[in-house]
Amino acid sequence: MLSVSAHELKKNYGAVKALKGISFDVSEGEIFGFIGPDGAGKSSLFRILTTLLLPDAGQASVCGLDVVKDYKKIRKIIGYMPGKFSLYQDLSVEENLSFFASVFETTIESNYHLIKEIYSHIEPFKKRRAGQLSGGMKQKLALSCALIHKPNVLFMDEPTTGIDAVSRKEFWSMLKGLKKEGISIVVSTPYMDEASLCDRVALLQDGIILKTDTPNAITDTIGKKVWAISSESVYKLMCDLSGYGGCYSVYPFGQMVHYMPADQSEELTLVENFLKERNHRNISIEIIEPTVEDCFMELMRINKEDKR
Amino acid sequence: MENREKVIIVRDLVKDFGGFRANDHLTFDVYKGEVFGFLGANGAGKTTAIKILCGLLKPTSGQVRVAGFDVYKQSNLIKKNIGYMSQKFSLYEDLTVSENISFYAGIYGLGFREIKKKRMELIQKLGLESYAGKLIKELPLGWLQKLAFSIAIVHNPDIVFLDEPTSGVDPITRRQFWMMIYEAAANGITVFVTTHYMDEAEYCDRVSIMADGLIVALDTPANLKLSFRAKSMNEVFLELVRNKNNSNQQ
Repeated sequence: MLSVSAHELKKNYGAVKALKGISFDVSEGEIFGFIGPDGAGKSSLFRILTTLLLPDAGQASVCGLDVVKDYKKIRKIIGYMPGKFSLYQDLSVEENLSFFASVFETTIESNYHLIKEIYSHIEPFKKRRAGQLSGGMKQKLALSCALIHKPNVLFMDEPTTGIDAVSRKEFWSMLKGLKKEGISIVVSTPYMDEASLCDRVALLQDGIILKTDTPNAITDTIGKKVWAISSESVYKLMCDLSGYGGCYSVYPFGQMVHYMPADQSEELTLVENFLKERNHRNISIEIIEPTVEDCFMELMRINKEDKR
Repeated sequence: MENREKVIIVRDLVKDFGGFRANDHLTFDVYKGEVFGFLGANGAGKTTAIKILCGLLKPTSGQVRVAGFDVYKQSNLIKKNIGYMSQKFSLYEDLTVSENISFYAGIYGLGFREIKKKRMELIQKLGLESYAGKLIKELPLGWLQKLAFSIAIVHNPDIVFLDEPTSGVDPITRRQFWMMIYEAAANGITVFVTTHYMDEAEYCDRVSIMADGLIVALDTPANLKLSFRAKSMNEVFLELVRNKNNSNQQ
C-alpha cells in the first residue's frame, strides 16, 4: 500500500495560489523529500496531508485513508513535526513526552525503543523546561514526541532549518534509523544539498512540482553539461561570462561559476581565450556532472519559458 | 593581503557572562572590501561576538576597533558606520516600499534631497517601480531580501553585517543576491556574513569557524579544504567541530 498518495491537490488563499495541482506517491518505508524555497507551498501541502487544512480541489490519502473523510483515523497513525517549534515551552522535557504519549493513549515505555537513540541525547535534561533547550535539543524532543505513538508515516516540515551542520548530520542519520523501523518519512527542506539524503525527491516551486525522481535520476535528466569555471574573481567571471555570446546560463557556485553553453559542442578553448582577453588569471575550466541545484535552476527556467 | 586596509581589528577579545566564557581570546582582522564568513555551531559564541562588533555589547577585555572606532568609547559612531540585515529583515510591514527606504535613509542621517535621490535610484535598480507604492507585506520574499540588503547599505557604510542572508529563497534569487553582495564588496563595502549553511560559506573570500568560544580556523575556503583534505566546507566544518566536541569529552 502507498503511504501517501496525492492527486491534483490545489489550495488558494484569496488571490494567492499556494498549490496549483500537486500529484505524487510515497511508497512504504521511503524517505521522500520536498525540496523548495520559502513560499513554494511546502507547509500548505504538509498541513493538508496531516488533515489540518482542507484542499480546495484534488484528493489525497495517507495509508489508504482520505485526508478529508477519514481525518480522525489519519491523526492516530501519523506523526507531525511542524516547521515552528510547537511543544509546550512551560512543560519539562519529560512532561511534554508523557503528554503526547497519553494523548495518543500509549506510554513512554511501550515505544521507548523507537525514540531511545534520539531521546537519550536529551534525557539528562528531562527536568528542564522545553523553552530553555537549545535549537538542536528542541528538535530532538519534537521528534521524540512525534514518534512516541509509533506512527506509520512521519511528516516533518523543514526540520533542519536554523540548525547547525553537525546537528543536521545527526538528524539525517536518525531518519535513516527510523526508516529501518519501517516508518515512511515525508520531509521538506529549502536546502538543495539535503536532496541526496532522500530516496526520492520532488522539486517544488511556486505551487507546482518541477520534477519527482531519485536524486541521481534528477541530475541525469537535464541532459546538459555544466562547466565549472574559476579564476581570481567570481564577480568578474559572472560579469564577463553573462555577456559572452555563447552563454546559455551562468550562476555563481561558491568560489566558482557553473556555466552552460548554448551550444553543447562549444569549444572549451574559445571560452578560455575569451576570459584571457579580459584579463582573468588562474583560469580553470572543468566539465562536471550537474548538481540537484543546477537542475532546479534549469527546471525553473524551462518552466518560466513555458509560461510565456 | 596584509597591506590592505583593516576595517575590523580584534585582539584578545574576551566576553564573560558570569562564570561562562562566551568569547575566549578572539584575534582576527577583516580587510576593506572583503566578504568575510563567520561560522560556528549553535552556541559557539558567534552572536555575542557580533553584538560586540556592532557596538551593542561591551567586551570584558581585549581590543576591538570597527570602522576605525573603539568599541568601548565610540559605539555610537560604530552604529552610524555599519549596516545590519538579519534573516528576519527589519522592514516595516505596514509601510510601503518607498516609505521604508525613506525611513531608514532618514534614520541614518541622509538629507532630504539625498533621500529622494537614493529612493529613486534603488527602486529603479531593483526593478521595483510597480511595487514602490505597495506595502512591504505584499512583496514576494526574494524581493524583500534584495530590498532589505539595499536598505542596509543605503548610507554607504564601511561594513555591512548579514545574518544568514540567503536562507529560504529559491536558488536563482539567491545567486542574484550574492551578485549584489559581490557588487557591494567591489565598491569597497566590507561584508561580514554569519551562516549555518556551509554552501553559503563557499562564497566568502575568507571564513572563520568558531567552536566553544574560540576561533578554531580562519582562512580562504580553498585553503581550508586543502588543509583538511575536504571536498566541501561542510566537511571542513564537521571535521573541526566534531574534533572539538571529542576533545571536550576526554
